[in-house]
Amino acid sequence: MPSVLVFCEVQDNKLKKASREALSIGRKLAEAVAGELVAFATDRSAAGDAGRYGAKKLYVAGTGSYNTESYTAAMKAAIDQSAASVVLLGGTSNGRDLAPRLAARLNVGVASDVDRLEWAEGKLRARRPVYSGKAFATVEISGTPAIATTRINAFPAEESGQGPAEVVEISAPPDSKTKVVETKVAESGELSIAEADIIVSGGRGLKEGANFSLIRDLAHAIGGAVGASRATVDAGWIDHQHQVGQTGRVVSPNLYIAAGVSGAIQHLAGMSTSKHIVAINKDPEAPIFRIADLGIVGDLFTIVPALTDEVKKAKAH
Amino acid sequence: MNSVVCIAQVPDTESRIKIGGDGRHIDETGIKYIVSPFDEYALEEAIRLKEKQGGDVTVLGFGPDRVQQALRESLARGATRALHVKGDSDNADSLGIARVLAAAIRSVPHDLVFFGKQGVGTDNSLVGPMVAELLGYPQINVVTHLEAADGNVTGHREIEGAEEVIEAAMPAVITAQKGLNEPRYASLKGIMAAKKIVIETKSITDLGLADSDIINQRVTLVSLALPPDKSGGRKIDGADPLAAAKEIVRYIKEEAKAL
Ligand SMILES: Cc1cc2nc3c(=O)[nH]c(=O)nc-3n(C[C@H](O)[C@H](O)[C@H](O)COP(=O)(O)OP(=O)(O)OC[C@H]3O[C@@H](n4cnc5c(N)ncnc54)[C@H](O)[C@@H]3O)c2cc1C
Ligand SMILES: Nc1ncnc2c1ncn2[C@@H]1O[C@H](COP(=O)(O)O)[C@@H](O)[C@H]1O
Repeated sequence: MPSVLVFCEVQDNKLKKASREALSIGRKLAEAVAGELVAFATDRSAAGDAGRYGAKKLYVAGTGSYNTESYTAAMKAAIDQSAASVVLLGGTSNGRDLAPRLAARLNVGVASDVDRLEWAEGKLRARRPVYSGKAFATVEISGTPAIATTRINAFPAEESGQGPAEVVEISAPPDSKTKVVETKVAESGELSIAEADIIVSGGRGLKEGANFSLIRDLAHAIGGAVGASRATVDAGWIDHQHQVGQTGRVVSPNLYIAAGVSGAIQHLAGMSTSKHIVAINKDPEAPIFRIADLGIVGDLFTIVPALTDEVKKAKAH
Repeated sequence: MNSVVCIAQVPDTESRIKIGGDGRHIDETGIKYIVSPFDEYALEEAIRLKEKQGGDVTVLGFGPDRVQQALRESLARGATRALHVKGDSDNADSLGIARVLAAAIRSVPHDLVFFGKQGVGTDNSLVGPMVAELLGYPQINVVTHLEAADGNVTGHREIEGAEEVIEAAMPAVITAQKGLNEPRYASLKGIMAAKKIVIETKSITDLGLADSDIINQRVTLVSLALPPDKSGGRKIDGADPLAAAKEIVRYIKEEAKAL
């Protein structure tokens, strides 16, 4: 039976959203060829969630926290055991670190950051944004297994209503050429833009760093993450972790609200595939309006606080 | 301290993208080519290491003749050697490119091998770690701070909401992220000095590879298309902040279903 193997990551005792999304599209691909969805994790506690999103088996390697070489070896062991014909990894930092290393080890094809996946004449076909979202490439991945990393928020996470996955312990030779000596958590407690469903971004229109509080208040009220243009990051108003765009993070949330952001091509590169885009800018000619679903021509200093109030009222209902 | 920096030549990020006649590649007419922005951070870091510790910085590019221009520019910024591997990089998949680069890197003395975290345009983020695997080296990916001394390298790797400090023995592969440094511009002196350096050229057969090793082996391009036009976007006047706020909330509730 053909199987689809999904690399899963656990955070706070739950599967990361990227992993849940990858499992969901993986299940569709497996079902289409009457195959089986299986998963890999380094933590048995993932069995419940993995099953909930359709995985029948969970291959568990006791490799501990992330490290490129040992995870490559462990994933290879899981691929060998499951005879997977497709391997999917959510497009997290670790997924994107691991996929190319694994593809090179197995001498197979890999497509990164894909936002569509389907079978076409027995081959895995993927669509991926290229040229900073100015075009889409459709590629066919050959070889067994065919590997892809999935763009976060591109595939909806859908539960299958199934019980926990059966845990299969695997072992892989320890192999590590790198050592993580420290992990520095930046601005703890803040929602990361990488996985957020809603992002509220501020640009140079905020005039000064202290005014980012307007953006934070709105983000907080609506339950979203804080994004930023490069101009504000370069000005030192906010940390680089928040930067959206070509040299920041590429995001595709359900809702992207941009205030005082002009919409330079390098910014659009990071957010143009967002599902719903609202822009607030005082310049009616600002390029951001070309991709906004709802554009408001006006002063962010009056509109953003009013919006925060209205959102709070709507939430209170 | 010897470094190799892999330089991808890509369309200027401001370029308007048009689809070429074959429906699979871009139309190259009028496109200005530049050094991929992340590779500039990679190059700058290698040059700084050389300035402190001595050694060579070799820039390496695989692709058509125009790649020489990107290598020349990199020499003008401070690289000391350049190697151009001629070949059809446009029809090679990432692992094919990685094979070519890995073979070329073996022929050049090195302690560190630098890449951009992503080649702007193809936006793959694949080649660096693939080369690391082919050479059997450790990789530190998406690096925003780097130190190298006494056979060891330490890099700060950007991950979601945090930064990992990773240590490895050299030789190692580093992929550069914005924030690693502020790349310099070429000076007039640098431009003049660069003119004196001969760019070494090789073919893939010189490296012991055949076209069949690299061309669209594992990933084949089926088509390239422009995104659908965003129609139905609305623009309204925000002179009345309260009315604007109410309209946004209605949109978020009814259309984005996010409230
Ligand atoms: C290689 C390269 C990579 C880059 N990568 C990125 C990237 O990753 N991300 C990124 O964002 N940029 C990136 N840039 C920079 C990009 O080109 C722009 O310079 C940047 O995005 C501009 O930021 P901004 O929109 O905040 O500022 P501006 O372009 O200055 O826009 C400010 C906007 O605020 C509006 N405004 C002013 N006051 C008000 C008000 N009171 N109310 C409402 N609106 C107001 C103005 O009309 C204007 O449109 C990159 C550039 C290069 C060359
Ligand atoms: N044809 C090439 N020649 C030299 N270096 C390349 C080439 N293609 C990619 N690279 C390097 O690999 C990095 C990542 O590219 P990519 O995997 O295409 O996103 C780039 O930033 C370059 O450092």
